[in-house]
Amino acid sequence: MTTGQAQTDTELVTLTIDGREVQARKGELLIKVAQENGVYIPRFCWHERMEPVGMCRMCLVQVDGMRGFPPACTTPVAEGMVAHTDTEPVKKIQDGVLEFLLINHPLDCPVCDRGGECPLQDQTLAFGPGESRFTEEKRHFEKPIPLSGLVLLDRERCIQCGRCTRFAEEIAGDPLIDFGERSDRMQVVTFPDEPFSSYFSGNTVQICPVGALLSKPYRFKARPWDLSTSETTCTTCAVGCRGALQSSSNRLLRLLGVDLDAVNQGWLCDKGRYGYEWVHADERVLEPSVRVRNAMVDVSWPEALEAVANELQRAIELHGPSSVAVLGGARGSNEDAYAWVRLAKGVIGTDNVDAQLGDGLPADAVLGLPRAEIDDLDQAAAIVLLGPDLKEELPVLYLRVKQAAVSKKVPLLDLAPVDVGLTPYATAVSRTVPGEEGVAAERLVAAIGGRASGDAGIDAFAAAATGRSGPVVVVLGRGSVAQSAAPTMRAAAAFAALPNVRFLSALRRGNVHGALDLGLAPGFLPGRVTLDAGRGWFAPIWQTVPKERGLDAEGILRAAADGKVRVLVLLGADPVADFPDTDLARRAIDGAGYVVAVDAFLSESTRRADAFLPCTVWGEKAGTTTNLEGRVQRLGRKVSPEGTTMDDWRIAGELAVRLGNDFDLEFVDEVTDEIATVAPAHAGARSQLLRRSRDGVVLPVREHLHEIMVRTGDLNIMAEDGPAVSWDPIRVDAAEPSEEGDAAHEVDEARGEAERLEREAPAHHEWDRAANVGDAPGRDAYALRLVSGRELYDGGRITTCSPSLAPLRKDSALMVHPQDLARIGVEEGTQVRVTSSRATVTLPVRTHPSVPAGTARLPFTADGRGASELIDTTTMVTDLRVETIS
Amino acid sequence: MTTANTSEPFSETRIVTRRLHERPDDSWTIDGALASGAYDSLRQVLAQGDPSAVQAEATASGLRGRGGANFSTGQKWSFLPKDTFPRYLVVNGDEGEPSTFKDRMLLERDPHQLLEGIVIASYAIQCNLAFIYVRGEFALGHDRLMRAIADARAKGFIGKDIQGSGFDLDVVVHRGAGAYICGEETALLESLEGERGMPRLKPPFPAIEGLYAKPTVVNNVETLSTLPHIVRMGGEEYAKLGMARSTGTRVCALSGHVKRPGNYEVEFGCTFRDIIFGLGGGIRDDNALKFFLPGGASFQWLVEEHLDEPYDMDHAAQKLGTSLGSGAVMVFDETTDPVRVAWRLAKFYSHESCGKCTPCREGTGWVEKILYRILHGYASPEDFEMVCDVADNISPNFMAAPFNQTTLCPLGPSVASPIASLAKYYRDEIIERIAAQQAEVPA
Ligand SMILES: Cc1cc2nc3c(=O)[nH]c(=O)nc-3n(C[C@H](O)[C@H](O)[C@H](O)COP(=O)(O)O)c2cc1C
Ligand code: SF4
Ligand code: SF4
Ligand code: SF4
Ligand code: FES
Repeated sequence: MTTGQAQTDTELVTLTIDGREVQARKGELLIKVAQENGVYIPRFCWHERMEPVGMCRMCLVQVDGMRGFPPACTTPVAEGMVAHTDTEPVKKIQDGVLEFLLINHPLDCPVCDRGGECPLQDQTLAFGPGESRFTEEKRHFEKPIPLSGLVLLDRERCIQCGRCTRFAEEIAGDPLIDFGERSDRMQVVTFPDEPFSSYFSGNTVQICPVGALLSKPYRFKARPWDLSTSETTCTTCAVGCRGALQSSSNRLLRLLGVDLDAVNQGWLCDKGRYGYEWVHADERVLEPSVRVRNAMVDVSWPEALEAVANELQRAIELHGPSSVAVLGGARGSNEDAYAWVRLAKGVIGTDNVDAQLGDGLPADAVLGLPRAEIDDLDQAAAIVLLGPDLKEELPVLYLRVKQAAVSKKVPLLDLAPVDVGLTPYATAVSRTVPGEEGVAAERLVAAIGGRASGDAGIDAFAAAATGRSGPVVVVLGRGSVAQSAAPTMRAAAAFAALPNVRFLSALRRGNVHGALDLGLAPGFLPGRVTLDAGRGWFAPIWQTVPKERGLDAEGILRAAADGKVRVLVLLGADPVADFPDTDLARRAIDGAGYVVAVDAFLSESTRRADAFLPCTVWGEKAGTTTNLEGRVQRLGRKVSPEGTTMDDWRIAGELAVRLGNDFDLEFVDEVTDEIATVAPAHAGARSQLLRRSRDGVVLPVREHLHEIMVRTGDLNIMAEDGPAVSWDPIRVDAAEPSEEGDAAHEVDEARGEAERLEREAPAHHEWDRAANVGDAPGRDAYALRLVSGRELYDGGRITTCSPSLAPLRKDSALMVHPQDLARIGVEEGTQVRVTSSRATVTLPVRTHPSVPAGTARLPFTADGRGASELIDTTTMVTDLRVETIS
Repeated sequence: MTTANTSEPFSETRIVTRRLHERPDDSWTIDGALASGAYDSLRQVLAQGDPSAVQAEATASGLRGRGGANFSTGQKWSFLPKDTFPRYLVVNGDEGEPSTFKDRMLLERDPHQLLEGIVIASYAIQCNLAFIYVRGEFALGHDRLMRAIADARAKGFIGKDIQGSGFDLDVVVHRGAGAYICGEETALLESLEGERGMPRLKPPFPAIEGLYAKPTVVNNVETLSTLPHIVRMGGEEYAKLGMARSTGTRVCALSGHVKRPGNYEVEFGCTFRDIIFGLGGGIRDDNALKFFLPGGASFQWLVEEHLDEPYDMDHAAQKLGTSLGSGAVMVFDETTDPVRVAWRLAKFYSHESCGKCTPCREGTGWVEKILYRILHGYASPEDFEMVCDVADNISPNFMAAPFNQTTLCPLGPSVASPIASLAKYYRDEIIERIAAQQAEVPA
């Protein structure tokens, strides 16, 4: 891992555009350089995040010394270039191209979703002819046809720019749409009987320059000028994509991807994009209720809070603080997490707190391993993937890894237990027996150290990585929730020996990293400090600090099942659905003395609650979240909550008051600021700074101050003058904080705060790699080792309560290698009896080439016959017996 | 000046068409070909053992591509980056230009000559894999080519260690699926790769990044069929044929209203009269000539006053504002309605537009529709000016040649050629005709 990587071209050239001299990086495209210098060259097909194709011919210009009319979108700038964008011949061409585009265009703008923010309308106004000379019959097609469950295509409106087809192939890696036919019959088509079922299909609607591609959920819902917009962060998964959330009449109507260079680069996955629907689901619980003799009764908030506080008080007095446990909190904001940690640890005094539900990684590792940023992927020496299928669980991270591997040619090693979305892009693939990931990791360390590892794929990968600069980025997660985290941790211990290694933790719940950072895990306090290290710091700030390390989710559930938990708080958690061992989760809910649900929906877990405190959800609340790289970003509040729901952090504060401790936090910004003052890793991340910094701030702030970009403009979706930009990368203009600029003040303050806490507060936790982990047990020759992970459209609320997403769920089947199917002796699709040490279920069995022999894959779906019924969390791995039913 | 309907005797200069004329019954078989000297040039090249010498001969011969773009073959080869392997030779046998049927004859009647040219070219550029893209409709040509490849392989002219020289060459045949645009070299490469046939952006040129992003030479069937003869005669000797920078011979596909249509191999420097009258026997029924298309369908038309202009590529481009293109001459007599011809050509280009870029995708269809109305009496006098302006938006300053383009490849601007020709020769006639048609329509 030394130097030798290609340098990006930083040489500057001087050129002239319309008589004005400008400077630009050599090789940049003329269309971009012109725009950056205030000359907007009209375009349709060019998109900054995709390779130029020169199809629409809208951007033709004249360049001295070049024959004809080169497209500005395919012409790199060069020293001394003299370009003209507004000569008479150029204007005539612009007129001509627009006229061509319009001759077959239906001009049904009044009923088109794009009307009002349509590049074709806008550029016709700015650059086009005033009237059409076309008197022939226009081309006709059947009005919109579905490309998939989410996207419709109006072929009459399509201007054949190829943005959608190129996105599907180049960016998403799902070449499921292409052009069919030719001449003016050319149209976007899917393959017969194969819908455009990409997880990223909604992006094509956003970047389509006309109203040809339509989102089913948004169609006919609004005129763009009626929408009001807030910037926000998607919390559907832990990538933390930046978005522009739009509403009208207090209904969320659209989420657009905002181009955050460092994270999502403008893209969203469909679950994130359309998942807003669940906010308005009929199933939402909107009033507090408490159980009175086996029936839930709606009560007022004071009554509900009083009842819960009394239960807590009684439990603490009679059974001690440890009789209270809190599960969840990974779906809320940082402020929610902090307030609940302060309530649990700082008021009640229990450390039985866990944001994860036994399906993640030990907090110890997540908080202590050296971290990578998503952007490191592009410059990495190599990328190692050991974890779940990112395409299913962290979709936009999948896009970023794919981009690094394909466009930036970073070597990628796939160590997942079965084929995953990234497998086709991997430099090398090494499938190990699930449970033995540590062996593969040790081999990699050997290979990178120059020794033969005994695995040809790993050797080839190490050879490809040799001589490259940059960090080795390990994407680390649970390749399968059917096995314990131990094999992953053993692998992590091995990886940690690599030089310049950094980790991206592949945990999926929206704010799980924020929750863990803020201490929603046993043994930790806010700001990535351990309970022991931080006790002295927090004791004078809070009322109390837990005496000893508490239980994690599995421990809490076992204790609850044994009747040892008096009050169990479910903070947006549904352990029956999400904990790998459903049976244990059910027994735990039944065994807990009093169950408090802080949630927005009834679930199998919360149905049994004794008190239900309905909370606000994403879109209804402000605050911040932290993504998987430790980036803190703001949430946008776009609609007012319905009913009498309350923010989670406020519920914690209300309960604290009733337990005799007033947090004295009135506004959400005050919570943010308290975090920035007391949590060592968050030192300096004040609300004021977060509001000013375009890309959020990465924790710990002190190490990332230099990355802060200060906003110099607003979110630009509908430009005041000039064309609408929602189809182009949506950005907020920003600059580095300057010495004298007013923003320098906030950055300085953050620096001061961070320095003060570094002196006074405990050190951040570092992971001790001497993790002591045993080997996976051997597997008998007839058993299949179970591998289980999430699918994007799973049984969670966001899918099931969003009408557009719910139908996209696939039914589950046990996937095995064809050889194993032959051995079982049944046909594809037959129902078989599947037995683990935990249970026996009946399932259809199918073959899939992605599954290695000896392994069986079953999605971890929440309902139906999911893997969670079979998984035995008391063993490191889950082996299955598969038999015919006779 | 001779009058239009007289014909001087004129004879062909048969080089690439020699064998097929001499051995009408077996020119395509391995035995027939070997009996008439096939693969002798290859043996000579391999014995000499110097690829650069072959390149030098090709350059010295002045050979220019016979696919339509008239680009120097030796120069094209020289663009290949040194030391970048693998590299490929791609043979363009898609011949889709209207009225062009010379490659078809060369494929059907003399496939070994083509194969010999392919092996020589591959040796010259040091590639070990050649692809032949054959127009899908060429059933007989394809069958004979496959047979010829099998026979040549059996005789050791293709395959490993050709004739003991240590040089290997494999040949892959791909059949097109009926798209004219797949004759354009970059669209052809896309099609070969299994993609939709649409031209690529240039640069990068195929010589740098061609098939599978490797350096690639694309050459036409006739171009390659000429190579064995250049080797045999020597480049300089070959260059003595023809005139100026148009050296050698060209197989001219003559069609339309002539008495004896067919493929004629002529030496550059003859006149159009030699071709149309001397070889074609003149206009059918001894009618008067109205106009002729001098090089396939894509370039501006010529009329009677051009009959004595020399058949020379540079002269056509620089003096006549047209091109010898694919080498096909299409002749129309006085009974022809030029608007009908223009409309039919526009219909072809509109139908064949690959759809990739706006001006061609939308413009060719619009042109066709306007011409259709003019043809059938539904036009107003402004329509002719409008169709000219539409042509100008596809090919700015379209009356002049060489043409400009707002399109991505030259297919779109081809539709401007018939319009320019109408405007040049028949504008008044058309305006009058529209006026007359309008007068007929009852108010
Ligand atoms: C629309 C279009 C169609 C073409 N069709 C053919 C064709 O059918 N056969 C051919 O050899 N060249 C065709 N060409 C020319 C090729 O692009 C290319 O110049 C030629 O194959 C190069 O071979 P050469 O240098 O031996 O002529 C076509 C070009 C265009 C723009
Ligand atoms: S559907 Fe939209 S994005 Fe796709 S080609 Fe048509 S206009 Fe372009
Ligand atoms: S990848 Fe995650 S954060 Fe991004 S849009 Fe999808 S669900 Fe939201
Ligand atoms: S000019 Fe016509 S054939 Fe050529 S790329 Fe454009 S649409 Fe395709
Ligand atoms: S934007 Fe340049 S050709 Fe389309």
